[in-house]
Amino acid sequence: MKPQPIVDARAVHKHFGALHVLKGVDLKVAERELVFVIGPSGSGKSTLLRCLNRLEEPSSGSIVVDGIDMLDPRTDINHARQRIGMVFQSFNLYPHMTALGNVTLALRKVAGKSRAEADRLGRAALERVGLADRADHTPGQLSGGQQQRVAIARSIALEPRVMLFDEPTSALDPELVGSVLEVMRSLRESGMTMVVVSHEMGFARNAADRVVFMDDGLIVEQGPPAAIFETPTQDRTRAFIGQIQRH
Amino acid sequence: MTTWDRFVDTFFNGKVMLKYLPDILWGVVVTIELAVLIVLSGLAAGLALALLRSLAIRPLNWLIIFIVDLFRSLPPLVIIVLMYFGLPYAEVSPSGFVSTWLSLAFVLMAFSEEIFWAGITSVHKGQWEASRSTGLSFGQTLMNVVLPQALRLTIPPLTNRTIAITKGTALGTVVAVSEILGAASSAMSNSYNPSPLMMGAAAYLVLFLPVVILARRLERRFAWKK
Ligand SMILES: Nc1ncnc2c1ncn2[C@@H]1O[C@H](COP(=O)(O)OP(=O)(O)OP(=O)(O)O)[C@@H](O)[C@H]1O
Ligand SMILES: [Mg+2]
Repeated sequence: MKPQPIVDARAVHKHFGALHVLKGVDLKVAERELVFVIGPSGSGKSTLLRCLNRLEEPSSGSIVVDGIDMLDPRTDINHARQRIGMVFQSFNLYPHMTALGNVTLALRKVAGKSRAEADRLGRAALERVGLADRADHTPGQLSGGQQQRVAIARSIALEPRVMLFDEPTSALDPELVGSVLEVMRSLRESGMTMVVVSHEMGFARNAADRVVFMDDGLIVEQGPPAAIFETPTQDRTRAFIGQIQRH
Repeated sequence: MTTWDRFVDTFFNGKVMLKYLPDILWGVVVTIELAVLIVLSGLAAGLALALLRSLAIRPLNWLIIFIVDLFRSLPPLVIIVLMYFGLPYAEVSPSGFVSTWLSLAFVLMAFSEEIFWAGITSVHKGQWEASRSTGLSFGQTLMNVVLPQALRLTIPPLTNRTIAITKGTALGTVVAVSEILGAASSAMSNSYNPSPLMMGAAAYLVLFLPVVILARRLERRFAWKK
């Protein structure tokens, strides 16, 4: 028997009013797999990620994450979301809290840890992203790259089963991108299951197990990075790959 | 008697001042009581309405907006008078003190609701999403993530509005509340001398000047965000 996938999304549709943004997406992500999602702007990549943790309510379809039916009204969504880390393009750190405060908030409020225990776990998470010495800094005192690493620590502190990244390096100055990718790489080496929307093709080539190409609300083609980048079978994929490689 | 002597005798008459000092001091106490009650209940109600509004229940929000706009458009004096002279017809007879307190509290509620609401909506959507994605509930996110950021933005406009409305306690004179102005004007008509009014003015300065200065400090402190 094949092991159960961590993410199992089937026939996911999403409408925003008259706009049909996801047109029946199927996505399975196996344990410890890193799936890299690419596609033109507006193709629905962010919407798909946001449906996986139900920040966006899918119009129809089914989404099961780590055995939990995310769309079942009886599911405790707040509890389920602890198992799904999410990292945003704009970091979204809480500006009125320190780095440690950012990382420990959900540990205390959702996971029910005592302050001491939350601080211990929070510091360990900051350590993992190389920012143990920045625990008492506020986001305003951190560089973009450091802020994004704190945001990653905020997610991994909850020990999620899968991490979703939505263009985690797109808002960063080029010289800061590397530090964030480094953290993502070490996460992957520790066995984290990851879904990454990004334009960092270099990272995709040497870290992704599978690349998924989306266009116009559908998964057009998917496969190992080498296959998608070197020998795409679909015209739309070829056009897109050609376009980004010219840049 | 020189002109100056006559001026002093009229506006700063020692005998009159001494005689009515207890009345004025009592007026100060009443004004402080009113002010504290108005600020506490008005701000609490305003915050409560803003929080209710964030639940985004359509009919409830229409009602909130209607109430808020109503109390923002009516002159506070009209509300006080309506409550004091009008409510008795509905078998409720609030005292002048209660009428003044509740009327100004409603006005502060209305204005502060708008300010709190503006603060809440100005917090970036990404803050909600980050918090909800880590499993915090709507209420937990509101209380721990959104409100602390919103309040910081609301402090300057809120202090200004609060001071302005609290000074409206002077309107209580029309419904026979012996707050500072009320005490001063009845002392003035009893003594045929305006000195008590000068004492009243001094009392307002002593009460409100420190608050205004404190507000300016707060404003400066919170002006630069982050
Ligand atoms: N909340 C919303 N309301 C209405 N339309 C939306 C909303 N969110 C996204 N859309 C629309 O859905 C489509 C897909 O958006 P989405 O953000 O998923 O694309 P994307 O692939 O992530 O694009 P990008 O690469 O630019 O981030 C776009 O046309 C967008 O305008
Ligand atoms: Mg996007």
